[in-house]
Amino acid sequence: MINKKVNSVAQALEGVQDGMTFMLGGFGLCGIPENAIEKLVSLDISGLTCISNNAGIDNFGLGKLLQNKQIKKMIASYVGENAEFERQMLSGELEVVLTPQGTLAEKCRAAQTGIPAFFTPAGYGTEIAEGKETRVFKEKNYVMEEAYQADFAFVKAWKGDEAGNLIFKGTARNFNPLMCGAATITVAEVEELLPLGALDPNQIHIPGILVDRIFRGNLYEKRIEQLTLKKT
Amino acid sequence: MALDKNGIARRIAKELQDGCYVNLGIGIPTLVANYVPEGIQVEFQSENGILGMGPFPDEGEEDADLINAGKQTITSLPGASFFDSAMSFGMIRGRHVDLTILGAMEVSEKGDIANWKIPDKLVKGMGGAMDLVASAENIIVAMMHTNRSGVSKLLDKCSLPLTGLGCVKRIITDLAVIDITKDGFLLVERAPNVSIKEIQNATKGKLIIQNKVPEMLF
Repeated sequence: MINKKVNSVAQALEGVQDGMTFMLGGFGLCGIPENAIEKLVSLDISGLTCISNNAGIDNFGLGKLLQNKQIKKMIASYVGENAEFERQMLSGELEVVLTPQGTLAEKCRAAQTGIPAFFTPAGYGTEIAEGKETRVFKEKNYVMEEAYQADFAFVKAWKGDEAGNLIFKGTARNFNPLMCGAATITVAEVEELLPLGALDPNQIHIPGILVDRIFRGNLYEKRIEQLTLKKT
Repeated sequence: MALDKNGIARRIAKELQDGCYVNLGIGIPTLVANYVPEGIQVEFQSENGILGMGPFPDEGEEDADLINAGKQTITSLPGASFFDSAMSFGMIRGRHVDLTILGAMEVSEKGDIANWKIPDKLVKGMGGAMDLVASAENIIVAMMHTNRSGVSKLLDKCSLPLTGLGCVKRIITDLAVIDITKDGFLLVERAPNVSIKEIQNATKGKLIIQNKVPEMLF
């Protein structure tokens, strides 16, 4: 067994530097690597490029890195819940690349699986396709999109073991599995870090080969963005 | 009388067919789930990674790890499944999801749709809308006929940045059901007690009116 376990979030983040490109899992605040983000906020690094479906909210998730002005460029599909993000974007402080959600997912998976580029119908005929190669297949138009390149991927899983195997829960899965192995170094944080043999190999979503470092997160606030309850 | 948002959702629910997999967008489309006709089985997909989405949870049952694409807490029904975002958009692009219902800021008479960006103003992003409109075989737009200033959202040409080209098949608004045809907007149904004239006045693109335009039935 190749042991991927590290004992602290500080160790897990060893090597992060100014100007790097990070992938961060999560959809909204669901399944975000809370502990890695918290640590990044405390580190004196900036000029970051972040690839993540959303940009958190003003005081939580990636919103904290934004408030600290640590992010130079944000690649996301939807940023509607973050006033500070909108302010920085409109003032030109923050460079933003809005990318269709399915394309964002596929660009991660392409990086993970050694595919340099692919064709998708999403965004054809829109400003997203400007400057990109297009092709026609069976009378339908497609846009060429390239795989991402990133230095670190920070993902969050429910359970993991010391070999780096991961299991996700509910819709907290989202982009997390696709970012594993899609960057030079993949850091997985988990709610439960179990000994070898505790996870059923049949149930593993991501095999440990795609994970470089794994640690148990100390704190999961798991904030809910839109609490909606059945009307009684 | 013009319909309210729930009225639009009720009319759209009549478009649901037994055995359909359906993706509902944020806003009015979400309400459609409340009006699934009896005797019909449909399964709702939410593009953040669930098939078999159930209603909102009871108090105390909410789970931060179980939300829909609007980031609302939800439940899963028996037979539900969870998956990653690549699989989710794979089933959308692969045309396994039968029907997409989404909102719009503008729709053109050619079926172009704009629903993600107002230049220099509101910046939200397209989320999954571009993938959905470029891929789905059947797209219904749910929206108010005019914007808050009373300006038509059904235009000859979209003025806002596009989400997709020539993809909308049907529009259901507070005033009418309208199909996109090669000749323009075809008025299919009127909301109860709404006149053809009212609909004409609220539509900026070319509106085709054939002899009889029935009122919507619920």
